[in-house]
Amino acid sequence: MSFFNYAWDWVTQSAHWHGPGSIPQQIVAHLGYAGLPLLIAAIIAIPAGVAVGHTGRGSVFVVNLANSWRAIPTLGLLVLLAVYLGFSFLTWLLPLVVLAIPPILVNAYEGVAGVDPGVRDAAKGAGMTAWQQVTRVEVPIALPLILVGLRTAAIFVVATATIAAYIGLGGLGRFIFDGLASYQYGPVAGGALLVVGLAVLVLGLFALLGRVLVPAGLRKQRRSE
Amino acid sequence: MMWSWIPSNGSLIWQLTRENIYIGVVPALYGLAISLPLGIVAARWRWFYPPVLTLVNVIYAIPALALFIALIPTLGLTNTNVIVALTLFSLCVILPNVVAGLRGVPDPVRQAATAMGYGPLRRLVMVELPLAVPVIMGGLRVGVVSSISLASVGQLIGVSSLGYLFTDGEQRSFPTEIYVGLVLIIALALACDLILVGVRRALTPWAVRA
Amino acid sequence: MRSRTGLAATAALAAITVTAVAACASGGGSSSSSSTTTPSATTATSSSSNPLSQGSASGTVVVGSGNFPESELLAEIYILALQGKGIKVTPKLNIGSREVYYPQVQKGTVSIIPEYNGTLLSVVVDPTSTAKTTAAVDAALAAKLPSSLEILNPASAQDSDSVTVTAATAAKYHLKTIADLAPYAKSWTLGAPPEFKTRSDGLAGLKANYGLVFKSFDPLDESGPITLAALQDGKVQAADVFTTTPYIITDHLVPLSDPKNNFAAQNVVPLVYKPAMNSTITSTLNAISAKLTTQALLQMDNALITLKANYSTVAAGFLKAEGLS
Repeated sequence: MSFFNYAWDWVTQSAHWHGPGSIPQQIVAHLGYAGLPLLIAAIIAIPAGVAVGHTGRGSVFVVNLANSWRAIPTLGLLVLLAVYLGFSFLTWLLPLVVLAIPPILVNAYEGVAGVDPGVRDAAKGAGMTAWQQVTRVEVPIALPLILVGLRTAAIFVVATATIAAYIGLGGLGRFIFDGLASYQYGPVAGGALLVVGLAVLVLGLFALLGRVLVPAGLRKQRRSE
Repeated sequence: MMWSWIPSNGSLIWQLTRENIYIGVVPALYGLAISLPLGIVAARWRWFYPPVLTLVNVIYAIPALALFIALIPTLGLTNTNVIVALTLFSLCVILPNVVAGLRGVPDPVRQAATAMGYGPLRRLVMVELPLAVPVIMGGLRVGVVSSISLASVGQLIGVSSLGYLFTDGEQRSFPTEIYVGLVLIIALALACDLILVGVRRALTPWAVRA
Repeated sequence: MRSRTGLAATAALAAITVTAVAACASGGGSSSSSSTTTPSATTATSSSSNPLSQGSASGTVVVGSGNFPESELLAEIYILALQGKGIKVTPKLNIGSREVYYPQVQKGTVSIIPEYNGTLLSVVVDPTSTAKTTAAVDAALAAKLPSSLEILNPASAQDSDSVTVTAATAAKYHLKTIADLAPYAKSWTLGAPPEFKTRSDGLAGLKANYGLVFKSFDPLDESGPITLAALQDGKVQAADVFTTTPYIITDHLVPLSDPKNNFAAQNVVPLVYKPAMNSTITSTLNAISAKLTTQALLQMDNALITLKANYSTVAAGFLKAEGLS
């Protein structure tokens, strides 16, 4: 039997869609574990990245962060906080916020820093204040990259929220770790398939968001991670 | 923080580090080996790239643990499982950079090479690839850094790496072990990153240093 | 652009690529036989029906362990004792859960692994068995184990599941046995490792033997810090704490007694691959089991988990104290 057989068999059993710890319940929990840190990280990182991109100050730090943030092992952070804090909600919130900030920050910075100097000059020349330059010119131009950063962060937290079940939390990882503990590949495969499905949905959501929010003229920018 | 734990477990730490290096670096190199030919094809035949890119984006969105699990029926709970999965992820990062690097070669340069009598293969090997090195290396760097870090997730399916320090550290409520794991993985990844920067500089002596 | 530099650049890229391909031929990075605590992974070949159980074949005396501290400790003790008798040992620690290592012992990829007779019987060898005492469990195992396997003498040391509460809870509700939970279970949450939910001596056993149905079940870790935190924070009112967990002493937990034997005997016992055994090996392991008491095991777990001592140090200390090294 392949991965898909096991996964499909398990996911399509209606019993798994009802009762405590059901699939819909864990999907909602998973979205919560992923969504809240993403929101907080965005609130922190987008303004910060835009500020660094606009003023140029702190750009060295951000560029170094761009190369190094993927080095942070997510399992290690989760486990460290679990050992210190036990079941506090900070145990999952802190690591996920910390992991979500870098991609958003880096991409917001690159988006704003990459605005054509000629355009910047034109904005200044037109008498715009700094605030107006940022909000009316730089951020709209940087929007595609900001969305890329948000998308990267979103995929990252969805993936890490899967591991959170290792320390006793819920979410789709719960099926994976329960299955591993009781030697049943069905829930393991099913949980994995559901997480992948969720990740692909997030991808699609951001593609849609890009189409809706970004004017056609800007959509053809080169992408970076 | 129990500093004495470090020297008294030196051989264990070294063993785990070696294992982590192996299952972290090898996938990135495999990813490069696959990305180069694929990228050359994608850069040349434009219709080939968009579907490949979509596939790459989807694969990259798969959480590492989920991919390890999907490979269990065929590859078991083994080193090979983790290496194959991480190779796929590295591919996702390096391939777009190979394409971007090759496509980024300015047309005048390409035309000059042709004018000098270079055939397509010679032009690729002697002009386009070397010029694409910085961008390709950028992708390889991200590939290596994230592979070294993601290798630790393999510990959850029993594939040994510095991730053992996380699971044992959790089971024994032992922050020292966890800190050592965190520091070593990050240091390892950044060291490899620096080495690759050095390699890039060595390969591109014509580049202007900012 | 000088063609020479361009050539060098491409050559270097090619070299990196060739190195990658060459690394393919050198095989996987498995552990060496040098030091003691070297966790490693396995190589997969066979295809049994459950993808979580795959193993392969090899030849020497390989001592394995499961992926939790006590198992690693016991394996370490076996390894040091055998090495002390001049036997060449390959350690293969932290293999994973029973579903992973059991088929390996069956095939001989692993020669010796520390096990718990009750769980071995009820989870793998004969889930329908009703044997509960040490003698009954051992007899059932002797009868039902596959021909390539056997268990050596059991130690008196036991590490079993329990239903445990905090000292405060025990005092407040006057709890001494699992049966005392009857009036409260329906409004309480029980915490335990994830497999407790489906195992026959888990939720189902508590219901069958004591009529207990809990309000909800919380999956925690394997009697580790998450379980302790859940109990102390009141996230769960009762939890499965393994009986040699040091928290019982250091944090004043109260395991409730189990008069109806829901949990079978869980003596530590070496599970071995018969063809790999000889009289030196078996007598060494039996000598260890003869001296391994629950108290000794609890002390060692305390050293490992509370004092963060090294596995090899604790194992060597035990062997020396018992005159076995």
